[in-house]
Amino acid sequence: MRILVCVKRVPAPGSKINITADGQRVDDTNLGHTTSPHEECAVEAASQLIEEHGGEAVVLTLGGVEAEEQLRYAVSVGMHSGVLLATDGGEWDPQRTAAAISSAIASLEADGGPFDLVLFGNESADSSGFQVGIRVAHALGRPMVNGAKGLRVDGGTAHVEREADAGREAYELPMPAVVGVKEGINLPRYPTMKGRLASKKAGVVTVEPAGEAGGLAMVTLKPPAERTNETVILGNGPEAAAAVVDVLEEIGVL
Amino acid sequence: MEGTTLVVIEHDRGALAEASLEALAAARALGSRVEALTIGADADGLTDTLGAHGASVHHRANHEILTDYAPEAWGEVVASAVRAMSPAVLLACGTDRGNEVLAQAAARLDLPFAANCTELSPGDALSMTRLRWGGSLLEEATLNASMWIVSVAHHLHEPSEAPAECSTSELSVDLDPSLARSRVTARVEREAGVTLSSAPVVVGGGRGVGSPEGFAPLAELAAELGGVVGCSRAVTNNGWRSHTDQVGQTGTRIAPDVYIACGISGAIQHWVGAMASKNIIAINTDPQANMVTKAGHAVIGDLHKVIPAITEEIRRRRAG
Repeated sequence: MRILVCVKRVPAPGSKINITADGQRVDDTNLGHTTSPHEECAVEAASQLIEEHGGEAVVLTLGGVEAEEQLRYAVSVGMHSGVLLATDGGEWDPQRTAAAISSAIASLEADGGPFDLVLFGNESADSSGFQVGIRVAHALGRPMVNGAKGLRVDGGTAHVEREADAGREAYELPMPAVVGVKEGINLPRYPTMKGRLASKKAGVVTVEPAGEAGGLAMVTLKPPAERTNETVILGNGPEAAAAVVDVLEEIGVL
Repeated sequence: MEGTTLVVIEHDRGALAEASLEALAAARALGSRVEALTIGADADGLTDTLGAHGASVHHRANHEILTDYAPEAWGEVVASAVRAMSPAVLLACGTDRGNEVLAQAAARLDLPFAANCTELSPGDALSMTRLRWGGSLLEEATLNASMWIVSVAHHLHEPSEAPAECSTSELSVDLDPSLARSRVTARVEREAGVTLSSAPVVVGGGRGVGSPEGFAPLAELAAELGGVVGCSRAVTNNGWRSHTDQVGQTGTRIAPDVYIACGISGAIQHWVGAMASKNIIAINTDPQANMVTKAGHAVIGDLHKVIPAITEEIRRRRAG
């Protein structure tokens, strides 16, 4: 089978997210970068499907040239090649991003044949728009379910499971299909030495993305209101147990 | 604001989602006329409740493939309702389904969509504030479009009654039967009992717990308090606990009466899932840990010694 996984490079924040002085982006000067968590799991899901069914998996991202790091990482954990839709690194709105990815998929499929599955993350960690995968699926005319916590393939059908308030829901999507993956579907593997070597040699194609700006425009980023807080230290070690239970009694949970 | 706000109502086989009452409250706050749309025959009886929360029309869309949830078909219904009614705003609560259905509708209408808004200020364009990074960062943005499609962040608006005379209207639905391809084909009901998102007490463990076995005393304390065990992303990444126990941006948002956070440093990813807790007690060896400085109460010490002591103290008081 053929699988395409769409990922996004995002900063890896620690205990606080700082914003640049112009308010236009996260100040990532002292931060590492990673693949948005849901998409890391989408890559793992694709690796497992290829191990089970054979075939080829391609990883794609839209972002600045630095995002090649995330493509090569994905290759080190099982993808075969990468496609970089290279931008100047600035913010692309969801409609524009989806248009660029849809047209890139069309040309990738014209060259290499159709993808049975196109995987996205449920939402990106940074801009959290909850829509690019759905827009791409609609543009391609394919079924799409977001929030997948289970994914297996049987013949021409993708079996998707997800969690809802009432319990677990099952879907059976005829392929080709698009699935948005949620963290928890699997535990992403770490790269092996062999994987690392493969990632250095793997082909990464750079393509200039095309897409018109959509109607959602970011004006500025800002921090949420700080909650001022005085922490009452109840004590050190097990001797503090009585004070803790006093607090629990006060709250009324005993 | 002039025009109508059309609110997409979520329900599960006729059981109204509380989140949709939040959406109705948010729609009323815009000052426009509020109408509600339900999908599937099970929801036909919700008119009284929708009216009590301010809807003047209950639009009911029925079709044989709309019995259970189906993201594409629901999106198509919403898109055709919008084409028929031309509302000024299309709104839902930013739940998994709410965001999914609005994104499906927006794709079909080729219109922009802003998810998880916290403030809406209508003007020539719609100015808004929305959540990024699960709420650890905010974005001010504008939506320039002939109709505004927005979801409002969950747990932000308090549902409130504002009785309106509510009429019903049947929406004729012409659906391509192929859209049944992405509907729910089976479901397993959740076992009864407290869930992480609804538990009154959560005892959470982080990297400091050290091992899967290390969670036993946490589970014991949770059971003593009628609560459940939660954990941080570091814990699920180590394979110590299932992801269903994870509190955080990519896990579950909790809002218990008390969150007892043990050996958790309090990285942003975890904090945004825990910040709605009414009280937080942190137990940590590091007095500078983010979780400690953000908690109302803290114990500085080794959780492996502190937790059993707390459980013992509770039992002692109950016995006494």
